[in-house]
Amino acid sequence: MAAYLLRRAGQSLLTLVLATIVVFAGVRALPGDPALALAGEERDAATLAAIRAKYGLDDSVIEQYWAYVTNTFQGDLGRSIRTGIPVRDMIVGALPVTLELSLLALVIASILGLLTGMLAAVRRGGPSEWLANGIALLGLSIPHFWLGLMAILWLSVGLGLFPASGHVPLLSDPVANLHHMVMPAVILGTGLAAVIMRQTRSSMLEALGEDYVRTARAKGLRERQVVGVHALRNSLIVVVTIVGLQLGNLISGAVVTEQIFGLPGFGKLTIDSVFQRDYPVIQAVVLITATAYIVINFAIDLLYSVIDPRIRVAGGAD
Amino acid sequence: MLSVRDLTVSFTGEEGVVCAVDRVSFDVRAGEVLSVVGESGCGKSVTAMALTRLLPPYARVTGSAVLDGVDLAAASPRTLRHVRGKDVAYVFQEPMSSLNPVFTLGRQVTEAVLAHEQVSRSTAEQRAVELLDLVGIPGARDRLRVYPHQLSGGMRQRVMIAMAVACNPRVLVADEPTTALDVTVQAGILDVLRDLRTRLGTAVVLITHDLGVVADVADRVVVMYAGRIVERGEVRELFRRPRHPYTKGLLGAVPNAEARERSGRLLEIPGLVPVLSEQPDACTFADRCPRASARCTEHEPPLENVAGHEVACWHPHTDDENATAGRPAERSSDA
Amino acid sequence: MTTGEVATPVVTTADPRQRRVARRLLKSPLAMAGFVVLSVAIVGAVFAPLIAPYGPSDANFGDAFIPPGAEGYLLGTDSLGRDMFSRILYGTRASLIVGVLSVLLALAVGVPFGLLAGYFSPIDSVVSRLTDLVLAFPFLILAVGLAAIRGASLTNAAIAIGIVQVPAMVRVTRSETLRLKGRDYVASAISDGAGDAWVLLRHILPNAISAVIVQATIAIPGAILGEAVLSFLGLGIQPPSPSLGTMLTEAQQYAAQAPWTAVLPGVAIMLLALAFNLFGDGLRDALDPKGGRR
Repeated sequence: MAAYLLRRAGQSLLTLVLATIVVFAGVRALPGDPALALAGEERDAATLAAIRAKYGLDDSVIEQYWAYVTNTFQGDLGRSIRTGIPVRDMIVGALPVTLELSLLALVIASILGLLTGMLAAVRRGGPSEWLANGIALLGLSIPHFWLGLMAILWLSVGLGLFPASGHVPLLSDPVANLHHMVMPAVILGTGLAAVIMRQTRSSMLEALGEDYVRTARAKGLRERQVVGVHALRNSLIVVVTIVGLQLGNLISGAVVTEQIFGLPGFGKLTIDSVFQRDYPVIQAVVLITATAYIVINFAIDLLYSVIDPRIRVAGGAD
Repeated sequence: MLSVRDLTVSFTGEEGVVCAVDRVSFDVRAGEVLSVVGESGCGKSVTAMALTRLLPPYARVTGSAVLDGVDLAAASPRTLRHVRGKDVAYVFQEPMSSLNPVFTLGRQVTEAVLAHEQVSRSTAEQRAVELLDLVGIPGARDRLRVYPHQLSGGMRQRVMIAMAVACNPRVLVADEPTTALDVTVQAGILDVLRDLRTRLGTAVVLITHDLGVVADVADRVVVMYAGRIVERGEVRELFRRPRHPYTKGLLGAVPNAEARERSGRLLEIPGLVPVLSEQPDACTFADRCPRASARCTEHEPPLENVAGHEVACWHPHTDDENATAGRPAERSSDA
Repeated sequence: MTTGEVATPVVTTADPRQRRVARRLLKSPLAMAGFVVLSVAIVGAVFAPLIAPYGPSDANFGDAFIPPGAEGYLLGTDSLGRDMFSRILYGTRASLIVGVLSVLLALAVGVPFGLLAGYFSPIDSVVSRLTDLVLAFPFLILAVGLAAIRGASLTNAAIAIGIVQVPAMVRVTRSETLRLKGRDYVASAISDGAGDAWVLLRHILPNAISAVIVQATIAIPGAILGEAVLSFLGLGIQPPSPSLGTMLTEAQQYAAQAPWTAVLPGVAIMLLALAFNLFGDGLRDALDPKGGRR
């Protein structure tokens, strides 16, 4: 167990280092002088010199990389070349919105996906399976940003049920916050729900054919316990893997969803920074996303060992 | 106590209907070990599963299986749930895959208790310790927190037995309980079964292809072939004077323990068990039978008492033949 | 024994298998529905210049916001009086081009890496670190980075989408290679002294190809949705070039006034993706040796 996690930690760290190199190299790949790009509008000699000194642009590439990494890990992500605000502050301000949106979407998707997936597996061959499969296929084929537009058009503009855009901080007014968040979270969750549903269905069908399920039935357990406890717990291992792999899609989806619903989150920051060519912000956003992805997937590995005792106790299961 | 009459099981699959069990009737008496014997695919496991309808939904079961006045073959799912584990419990062949890998032994055994008894979790846990103790698992209390993959096959099979006897079932169905285990471990498991029968008075239905095991623990034997019972009687009587050519072949096919272990099957009789899509009016063994006559392929032989026990054969072996052929034990020493 | 003889079982089994797969596909109504929609879309896209009644960017301000069904405009017009039907035809064309191009890119990169990773175990760990690295950059973030460095365009959108599809392609090819490496005929080819390249290209690749094709078919709808998102955000195809995504960006403003301008391009994207998904699912089931049970 310890050896396995240590090795996974090592792999994650290596991926993280590679990611910093990619981001670092990405900014150097910008056409022209990076100092000009990083300086933005203020292109007077003094500013350029300051930037050159700060990023050590006249040093060797390796020294520059080292300076970049140490700055980043000290929390110094530079300043926005548009507003002059420290990038760190911009991100700290935007992150809670995105976290709330993503978590809500994840919860909605998990509940929807697991329930319909189980239903489709248990009612095999019946109309419920047919319906669940059909909805999942639609969920995979609908462009979610368009679904968002349709929801705004129908539920906000047409029926006036939800606000079409805007955001209220969770702490200042939780009810109003949820009112603004529900629709984006549902829209963001639908794609993931479809993926979870399909995976749950297939791993559930497999689990239901296992000998231990027969044992559970032979004990005289209720069908609810047989399916909901014995079969589900084993299916979850596969489902969790899929959720980990879908994390990238969830992050991408959050960016688009925030853009459509005008939520002032990380995604909106990302898109705005591209159109404003705000390179320090882009650099930080890309690196933070990659880091989040790597860290969360490592956390999912830890989660496996909670769900699957074969990994927890036996150690180095693979 | 358990009375099975004309139990018939058919499966409807892609290749049409398969009749796996054909009008099987037998009784299980309290405290006895009844063994159901036959090659793989003869319908013995399906018969066992059909008792409490543990079969997939596409299986069709007719006939009756009456336990203490309740016909299990016609019972509601609700009734069946109360019967499973409480009155009729199972031990399966594959100890490796029959326990759920993600739950502790304690949880799985406790669950078997809680499924039928209104007791507190701590009482159930105490009971789990006693059960693990009963089936001979050392350090039972510490084992509650252990996962199945940390145990050997023999130990897992003991856990399966502990779960099965958790509610003192009337009938314990053991489906090839020792097949997947080493010979040395087998003996231990059989001891546990024998011990439980004596201590708890549980009737045991032992399903096996291993005649050594049958001779070791069974009181009575039912021999099945292609979904039908071909011979049935007391163990000693039937082994001493087999009437059906198939039984005779089975007994002749037990040369020694080593060969049996190697093949794991009774390969000595030429041919394979046929897969039946219908219930033919003929002896299903006729194709492989050295004594077959025209009558065998035209009429199904009834299960009738022939000097000592019942057999379904038009040309049963006589006592004289059995005497000249020698007893199975002697034959096996020849081989 | 020559290596050619070793390969015979592969060749002889391929033909009836292909026929069986085709038969299964034909028997699946959903897969066939997908196939029909796809065929119509492809024909429409290829012959768009012949079919479309107007140029995709022909603005006719006098005819703005004409609802669908009106004379001369089958699917109505948008805010600039451009014919929706013509624009959707050209937009579908762009979607298909980006979808196919990006998946071809993913194939070109992913399949060789997958073969090498599955065949040579030292390369395996290097490749899996690289795919981990790619996975760490979510699709949109990658597209954002690429747009920041190279500018937003159809090509860059296709590259970003293609890169994102690479890890899945590597994974499928790698696991097929691992599976096939254990086969008797591959083992005997190796023991007969066949070179690694020969074994990979002659024995493993042809047998891995069906799994790769399924993966590619399943990847295309994702790529089409990806292109729509990027173009919608302004990171993909740039206006006035017609794209289903940019049509939605423009429609956003007038959605309440002219709902069809927002509804129709979305329906077109959905139908395209759905058709690919249906066909891909059918193909996967038909190729599954256990097929028919699902």
